[in-house]
Amino acid sequence: MSDFTSEGWGLYVALIALVSIVGCGVFLKSCSTKRAAPGEQVDTTGHTWDEDLTEWNNPLPRWWMWLFYLTIVFSLGYLVLYPGLGTYEGYFKWSSRGQYEGEQAHAKATYGPVFEKYLAQDIKTVAADPQARAMGQRLFLNYCSQCHGSDAGGARGYPSLRDRDWLYGGTPEIIKASISGGRTGTMPPLGATVGSDEDVKDTAHYVLKLAGRTYDSLRAYRGEAKFKTICAACHGPEGKGNQQIGAPNLTDEIWLHGGSESFIVETITKGRKSLMPQHGVFLDEGKIHLLTAYVYGLSMTPDKPQ
Amino acid sequence: MKKSAANVKLAAVRNEVDTALYEVRKKIYTRAVHGWFAGWRIALVVLTQLIYYGLPWITWNGRQAVLFDLGARKFYIFGAVFWPQDFIFLAALLVISALSLFLFTAVAGRLFCGYACPQTVYTEIFMWIERWVEGDRLQRMRLDRGGIGVRKLALKTTKHALWIALALWTGFTFVGYFTPVDVLAGEVVHWKLGPWETFWILFYGFATYGNAGWMREQVCKYMCPYARFQSVMFDQDTLVITYDEARGEPRGGRSRSADPRKSGLGDCVDCAICVQVCPTGIDIRQGLQYECIGCAACIDGCNQVMDKMGYAHGLIRYSTAKAMQRREVEPRLLKSFFRPRVLVYSALLGVIVAAFSIGLALRSPLKVDVIRDRGALVRETRAGLVENVYRLQLMNTDERPHRYRISATGLEGIAVVVEQPVQVPAATTQGVAVALRVDPAGVAAGSHKIVFHVEDVDDPAVRSDEKSRFFVR
Repeated sequence: MSDFTSEGWGLYVALIALVSIVGCGVFLKSCSTKRAAPGEQVDTTGHTWDEDLTEWNNPLPRWWMWLFYLTIVFSLGYLVLYPGLGTYEGYFKWSSRGQYEGEQAHAKATYGPVFEKYLAQDIKTVAADPQARAMGQRLFLNYCSQCHGSDAGGARGYPSLRDRDWLYGGTPEIIKASISGGRTGTMPPLGATVGSDEDVKDTAHYVLKLAGRTYDSLRAYRGEAKFKTICAACHGPEGKGNQQIGAPNLTDEIWLHGGSESFIVETITKGRKSLMPQHGVFLDEGKIHLLTAYVYGLSMTPDKPQ
Repeated sequence: MKKSAANVKLAAVRNEVDTALYEVRKKIYTRAVHGWFAGWRIALVVLTQLIYYGLPWITWNGRQAVLFDLGARKFYIFGAVFWPQDFIFLAALLVISALSLFLFTAVAGRLFCGYACPQTVYTEIFMWIERWVEGDRLQRMRLDRGGIGVRKLALKTTKHALWIALALWTGFTFVGYFTPVDVLAGEVVHWKLGPWETFWILFYGFATYGNAGWMREQVCKYMCPYARFQSVMFDQDTLVITYDEARGEPRGGRSRSADPRKSGLGDCVDCAICVQVCPTGIDIRQGLQYECIGCAACIDGCNQVMDKMGYAHGLIRYSTAKAMQRREVEPRLLKSFFRPRVLVYSALLGVIVAAFSIGLALRSPLKVDVIRDRGALVRETRAGLVENVYRLQLMNTDERPHRYRISATGLEGIAVVVEQPVQVPAATTQGVAVALRVDPAGVAAGSHKIVFHVEDVDDPAVRSDEKSRFFVR
């Protein structure tokens, strides 16, 4: 009843409810008999349609009337047991919040032991358990597949989780930390730092060289210096990346934001920002444990043939 | 107080009285009746109740033959398992039921009310018990008029105990269609029923006891919508229970040896048997009334009397309004059957029954839903192919496991990336993530129509094709 600033409103509501109920009873009583002259019969309703069509005023059975009274008894019983009379809480002290909490507690009591069982095991054991994998898959489809895809293969900007290549590391502890605490991957916009558009393109070609892709050797030669002074700060002098800060390895075939010349140029010029949300905020320990095991298990199975 | 007292005084002066606007029910004491139609009713009561009480106990493939598992949303009817996706069959079944009702009513009036409606059937059973315990009409009337004594108390207690026992058994059977009946029986024996099971057994039992024991004709007269709207289906050619007024009137008592023609009397001896046997307490001699449920008890009762009097049967009989007008003894049934109303109902019924049967026969135990991943339109593989990801929900409604092979068509060189074949256990749904790969070289950018083909490895007849879309760039 926090909607009401004054307790008086509760009283007002209760009074209206009770007066209405009593009023219904009085009205019903007054309508159950009719004062008539002796011998007078209530034949028709008095309406006539289509010249001669009249309607019999046949009485309802009396038990039907008792049903009306029963609704009044029901409403009074309801108002005693459940909240309805202003600020009165009702005998059962029912509230929607209480019901929600009860259902939560019930769910916890029902499913809690299942999660408890897996929480007591280490990730590698859980990842090998078929039932845990099935549960993990359902959780994954609910919480992760929107970005990482139903098959965990990722998409542009969202890393694949089954290619054994990790931005932050693929040990159970780190996967769990990534899910629970989230990650923010930042590649700053370095267009101005690198120099002119030509300089950026040269650097991109050096990156292509690192990845073993087709590149222009002259441009790559010119770009090498830029790379080693600017990019190497995060990606390392050999471009192998740095899992401490989530800087990707540039020497493999895996490209988070696209591996063609134009994409690399765009990445260098404008920078990139990726966000993995903190799931620990709304998922409990048990669910995160199962998800970690599922994701860890995914990376243990070899990627599908090309 | 003062004012109302004055009102009463005033009313008394004018000789006015308060009349109740609600009718007090007059208890109907139905007299037992034997005959052709009563026999039919007994047969139908026994048949319907053998099915109702017996069906949950039949086993099929090691499970209950008919079970509506609401929790798992699976509905077992002998060999078939229906899923919520099969809802259309329930809709068709309801349409068939409704049209059958229309057809039967147009041809022969309220056949369903008189012989197969649960209200009639349970009232009949409850009246058998009542008659067995308390005796027939006159004995029951005498018993009710008499004061409370040991005998009356004993008889009434016995009757209600039997009624309640039967009602509870009915409620138990009802719940047995939703909870496996053997499990339910165990729960009852060990006093371990769940709250909802308890509620529904008691509620259904109470409804049976109340409707068949106490309410009876009140249900038909005041509560049943079908009783009211089926007069729409009646016409001049509909078979209804009719009193042959021309033959019966003027009614009157007479000696069996006297010739009624001489005394100017009709064939009705005014014995009121037809009124006494009527479960809704009407007098059929006043013509067709909405209370008449078409049970034909009055026909049987009247024929018994006609036999005793040595008159021909059929003073009360199934006839049509037209036949009565033409003063025919036998209505022209065949001719009246070929009238537009009946033909239209039959044609509609035939079409829907045919559609229902064909649909049922062709129902595949495999259902497939394709859900395209919404987060990502396209992704590129390391080899430069474009890849789209789909989630396929494979629903195996069969009661044995199946292995399925998934393929796709619609684009040149389209490749399906999934571990084949996909094993789906008996009567379960399995979600499978499937990736499709296409070489972008020969394909235009944009969206392309593709089709998934899911085929049973062991039985190629079990297959399903589902459309979807593939995006290139």
